[in-house]
Amino acid sequence: MPRSGTNKPGGRKLVIDPITRIEGHMKFEAVVDGGEVKDAHCAGTLFRGFETILTGRHPLDAVRLTQRVCGVCPTAHGTASAMGLDAAFGLEAAVPPNGRVVRNLLLGCNFFQSHILHFFALAALDYVDVTALADYQGNESELKAVRSFIERQALSPFFPRYEGDYRCDKDANVDLVRAYLKALHIRRVCHEMLSVFGGKMPHNIAIVPGGVTSQVTTDKIATFAGKLQEVSEFIDDVYIPGILTVAGAYGDHFEMGRGCGRFLAYGTFNLDDTAGPPLERRRLLPRGLLDTDGTLQTVSADRIAEDVAHSRYTDACAAPPTEGATDPAPDKPGAYSWIKAPRYSGTPAEVGPLARAMVALAAGDKVVKPVVDPVLAAAKLPAENLPSVLGRHLARALECRVIADAMSRWLDELRPGDPAATPIEIPEQGRGAGLTGAPRGALGHWVGIENKVISRYQMVVPTTWNGSPRDRDDVPGPIEQALIGTKVRDRDNPFEVVRIIRSFDPCLACSVHVMTAKGAPRGTYRVV
Amino acid sequence: MSEVIEIPVVWLQGAACTGCAVSLLNSFAPSASSLILRELSPGRHVSIRVLATIMAGQGQQVIDVLRDETVREAGGYLLVMEGSIPLGNNLFATLGETDGRETPIADVAADLARGAMAVICMGTCAAFGGIPAGEPNPTGAVSMGDLLERREIDVALVNVPGCPPHPDWLVGTLAAAVRYGLPSVIDDLDDLHRPRTYYGKCIHETCPRRADFDAGRFARAFGQPGCLYELGCKGPVTFADCPTRMWNSGINWCIGAGSPCHGCVEPDFPDRLSPMYQKIDEDKLREFMVPADLKAER
Repeated sequence: MPRSGTNKPGGRKLVIDPITRIEGHMKFEAVVDGGEVKDAHCAGTLFRGFETILTGRHPLDAVRLTQRVCGVCPTAHGTASAMGLDAAFGLEAAVPPNGRVVRNLLLGCNFFQSHILHFFALAALDYVDVTALADYQGNESELKAVRSFIERQALSPFFPRYEGDYRCDKDANVDLVRAYLKALHIRRVCHEMLSVFGGKMPHNIAIVPGGVTSQVTTDKIATFAGKLQEVSEFIDDVYIPGILTVAGAYGDHFEMGRGCGRFLAYGTFNLDDTAGPPLERRRLLPRGLLDTDGTLQTVSADRIAEDVAHSRYTDACAAPPTEGATDPAPDKPGAYSWIKAPRYSGTPAEVGPLARAMVALAAGDKVVKPVVDPVLAAAKLPAENLPSVLGRHLARALECRVIADAMSRWLDELRPGDPAATPIEIPEQGRGAGLTGAPRGALGHWVGIENKVISRYQMVVPTTWNGSPRDRDDVPGPIEQALIGTKVRDRDNPFEVVRIIRSFDPCLACSVHVMTAKGAPRGTYRVV
Repeated sequence: MSEVIEIPVVWLQGAACTGCAVSLLNSFAPSASSLILRELSPGRHVSIRVLATIMAGQGQQVIDVLRDETVREAGGYLLVMEGSIPLGNNLFATLGETDGRETPIADVAADLARGAMAVICMGTCAAFGGIPAGEPNPTGAVSMGDLLERREIDVALVNVPGCPPHPDWLVGTLAAAVRYGLPSVIDDLDDLHRPRTYYGKCIHETCPRRADFDAGRFARAFGQPGCLYELGCKGPVTFADCPTRMWNSGINWCIGAGSPCHGCVEPDFPDRLSPMYQKIDEDKLREFMVPADLKAER
């Protein structure tokens, strides 16, 4: 495992600040020596203090406020928050089937929107050359608009850009620009679909403890199904083929940015209405910890703890999520990021669609494996190459396929006219945890209630795992590990670095937050 | 080809969640791709020079565009601000480096505001402080208007609040600015700098459940029919055209999903409009920040 020593290696410093086309504020700093990344530091450069703001507020407000942590994956936060409050209110078994299914449908839409936005609007510009449309002769009006856009030199936001490594041929570039524009349309449709039951997006309004506020009606099911069909066709006809088109020109990107090789997933999309700890309930996407030696272990929330040795928080903040404390320390020596360093059994773990796919494949999952295996076989791609830049993109697309299939089945489970929420009583005291999956990976919310208000709130989110800085043992986070050792062909246009970082789909707004208020009670957390 | 005038837009993100940028991408007509590629009004193209969420450039390239003097000299640009600005510590939000030290967003925002034709605050955080400025405001977050005042920067200020704002509210404001000129936008602003076109009417006035309110039919639990006033609806103190415009291409809106309005466009969001699911304290109704001309009518 790569480690950073106290002796800085030789070579020249490479700084990229800001890293664009991700969510939020991120900075990359490395030493590049002999064309190779010898050291890498990824830093979150924004701190908002969300969990401090939540303390003392009405518990129901947490679902609405925590969604505002992130405008790209708000529904995942709403889901985790509602699950944690379900447990704290003792409502785990009381969420009606309509409520559970609608929550799954909303979260599914969020996955589509986030994954499609990520590959096309965020990542694709690292591979696709828009100028291929300069002499476009066809009749598609959107592509003609691109041509005249280029003709009048109105090139923002596609320029400036890194230059020198756009390898697709002209036809592939045209196909991918067409896909980029179509993706902008389809991701909007994903939000329209979400708002059918969710009211509006970003920041849906419908998910509440006990279920959802919206009513299940036949007209809403029909509208939802129509949009699901459109998105589902895009996944098959444009999204998955688009990644394979890029793969045709960038085959070596299945061997780049491997990462820490240790994968964590909590499981996502509850399939049963019975109560139970989140890490025991039956879920569409499976849970597990796949270790570097290939062993698949059961996940236990007790093994999660956050380290702050190189994070801008006082050392007292290092703790498991049930016990953490808050105190920003901007000028702490050795600290370089607002992201904490969560560790599972003391060691970093990658989370996200790739991690979920690796866990599912290791478990021989009967839903995920039949979707992933044929695509890998057709692309002549061994599963060992999935942990890579393009493997992460492919895992994201295939996850959309799995979820779209499930969602059309779930629509049949809805019962129009039946309740979708159960009445809520706010308890004097309560504790709960909601552990699920966000588009970017394992997501956990831990909440404590005293005197009917929030006494503590803690979130451990996907990019905190992936984008974490070094820990007390100087072990770099997963993105940092994926970067160390990477060959950079042209340090003025360090494509390799940004392609690796983007393959993780970092979400900085999510990852940067503080722990609970000081003096918060400790205790065992009930989980849903 | 007839000449097209490029109107540069620089979109800066402070203490934000990117929800406002994502909401812009939800624009239905014009669509997001049309916004990027085509003329917003005949002969006028809004050129998105900086928007970290979608721009190809990265690192120093972004900083270079932000410091591009030729844009300032050629008549300026519109600055769109997303997110509030933390003043509690220089490291709470930074962008790039100056002399080897991270540059605070406050300095970047102030510098850009000085050269801008107008500053458009996209979202409640930039317009009024929003959630980052919520009690106890751990980062000392302020609105863009507050920053302009502290740094004594005199520039036209347009607030387009919402958490997030409806894409039409920004796109329509931009379209009015490029088609009819900036003064047409400024003339339409209320005393909180919001365009009356979108924020001129109270939610409660145009709500489809208003008849339920008048008849005393109230929902007492989620999922029940009737007015959501008893469940904490802030529609009576919230000014926006959500009930008639509807969200996400007209599919739905908050009250349409059986949820009370939380007043996310208001300066009082979230603190004085919380708890979100608790009935408005009627004794305090008059204290809410209602535009002066509308207050007179109440």
